[in-house]
Amino acid sequence: MTITNQTRALVVPELVEASDDRGHRPVSDTRMPLAPGSTAVLLLGALYCLLPVAWVVIASTKDASELFSTFTFAPSTHLWDNIVELTNYRDGLYWRWMLNTALYAGFGAIVSTYVSALSGYALAKYTFPGKGVVFKVLLMGVLVPSVIVAIPQYLLLAQVGLTNTYWSVLLPQLISPYGIYLARIYAAAAVPTDIIESARTEGARELYIFHRIALPMMGPGLVTIFLFQFVAVWNNFMLPYIMLGNDELFPITVGLSGLLNQGASLPAMYTLVITGALLSIVPLIVLFLVLQRYWRVDLAAGAVKA
Amino acid sequence: MTATVEAPPATKRRRGPARRTLTPWMMLAPGIVLFTLFMAAPILYTLVLSFQKEVVRGLGLGSGAKSRTFAGLENYVATLTDPEFLASVGRVLVYGLILVPTMLGLALLFALLLDARRTGAKGFSRVSIFLPYAVPAVISSLLWGFLYLPAVSPFYWIFEQLGWDDVPSLLSPGLVIFAIANIGLWGGVGFNMIVMYTSLKAVPTEIYEAARIDGASEVQIAWRIKVPIIMPALIMTALFSMIATLQVFAEPMTLRPLTNSLSTTWSPLMYVYRDAFTRDDIYSAAATSVIIAVATFAVSFFFLRVVQRRAFGQED
Repeated sequence: MTITNQTRALVVPELVEASDDRGHRPVSDTRMPLAPGSTAVLLLGALYCLLPVAWVVIASTKDASELFSTFTFAPSTHLWDNIVELTNYRDGLYWRWMLNTALYAGFGAIVSTYVSALSGYALAKYTFPGKGVVFKVLLMGVLVPSVIVAIPQYLLLAQVGLTNTYWSVLLPQLISPYGIYLARIYAAAAVPTDIIESARTEGARELYIFHRIALPMMGPGLVTIFLFQFVAVWNNFMLPYIMLGNDELFPITVGLSGLLNQGASLPAMYTLVITGALLSIVPLIVLFLVLQRYWRVDLAAGAVKA
Repeated sequence: MTATVEAPPATKRRRGPARRTLTPWMMLAPGIVLFTLFMAAPILYTLVLSFQKEVVRGLGLGSGAKSRTFAGLENYVATLTDPEFLASVGRVLVYGLILVPTMLGLALLFALLLDARRTGAKGFSRVSIFLPYAVPAVISSLLWGFLYLPAVSPFYWIFEQLGWDDVPSLLSPGLVIFAIANIGLWGGVGFNMIVMYTSLKAVPTEIYEAARIDGASEVQIAWRIKVPIIMPALIMTALFSMIATLQVFAEPMTLRPLTNSLSTTWSPLMYVYRDAFTRDDIYSAAATSVIIAVATFAVSFFFLRVVQRRAFGQED
């Protein structure tokens, strides 16, 4: 894979000048015959992971009666009807949920990634008294079940009148101990100490070194942290469920779960739920594919800059 | 990893020690403030609540009728002697024994195959296997829940074609734990694969080239070189998977409307949820939360103690 070599190029910048991206790749890589066995195993894994996604794509083309009467993977023609019905549900409340989710996950994940990068870099690249304790305490945060902090978070935010606001969902999710843990690993692996040392020798300030030298080098890792945090916020059900009473502030998970509960007594709602589920994972799939590209571009850009 | 360019000790000059101590703390400040407000404070509050109980005077009406008093270990004793709680702990242990080895084994296999030179369809497989991680647990449980229902499921269609008539429901009491483990596997295998694969990518390929020249096969390189090198990543994914297992919640909650096999206290966190929201007893919920957290820490600290030197030995 080119990524392997680009990562290496990033870490050992002087190699880049000697050869361009393609020339740097071992020639044998492209000429090796494929191993059918290992390719088949990977494809089986991919098939397993795509199965429910394929199902939801097909199921959302069915109307309420077809859902339980036609063959699972036989598509129908009602996708657009279902989308229109979903859009008409309470004047487009569904799309409001989507926008809310984008705000919670997008804004939240950007800020969280920056905070994680700062902390992870500090933990990986500095020696200072208390470092071990700080890291252990932060790591303990990874181990705390979110439902356990969600209830007291609600009680504490209620005392400052912040529950049932956008802040009540955004603020608690800005801290990501797991993001800090990953950032520490990326900073340790991708930012060579002697580059920091030489920047210091030239008189660069510590924050300048972090923003201009370390942050670009950690770039690919930070995309990963952003992605993980984005998905974590997007997936979080418990926190917004507890914090929010106004359904206009709901993210998609809480909104859909409300629809699902109605489906228990009104099976026609199931098609709305299934269509809503499909539409909610489409942006994520797009985001994954786009970031996939950004990932490679970013690596290449980093290599060129170096 | 080994990718870090190790600085010769001679370049480590002691310039401005005060500045160098202050800077990391400034960088850590946003993280520490957020951590204190939204993790440490709620945890301390949970601790306080867990030692309290509500006392109701008279009919419990009016503002002064309910008050909190110190309860000692009462809430803890109540939880730890409740057979319902102990049963939920037992179920989660079995669930973890099914899920964690399967998930990590498959994740490692996929990560090594992605890193191997002769595997095809890498880009497609990597994105496809990672994709379920983007699907919220509520939604993935809903999707699999439908796929388990005989009326909708393609599996039952296959069973029918094979002439197997009396296949028990995948959501029956004996099988539901596997059904939930499958949802966990589906959502988690890609995440763990990516963590392992990320750490494999950081390894300089020269190491493998040298082994190849010495005549090592790809399988030997994977098993003898790659696996030991990414051991820190393996250890951490194992730790996080065990913790996630103890927290299983959204999957059984979502499947509940589809089956009678899941009680309201199927997992320990469902037990907490029931106490906090159905019974309105935040004090008991707090005590149970603390018990789960302490058990998690006990496992994790033991685990980290054993492995920490290996995981972070490469840093300054």
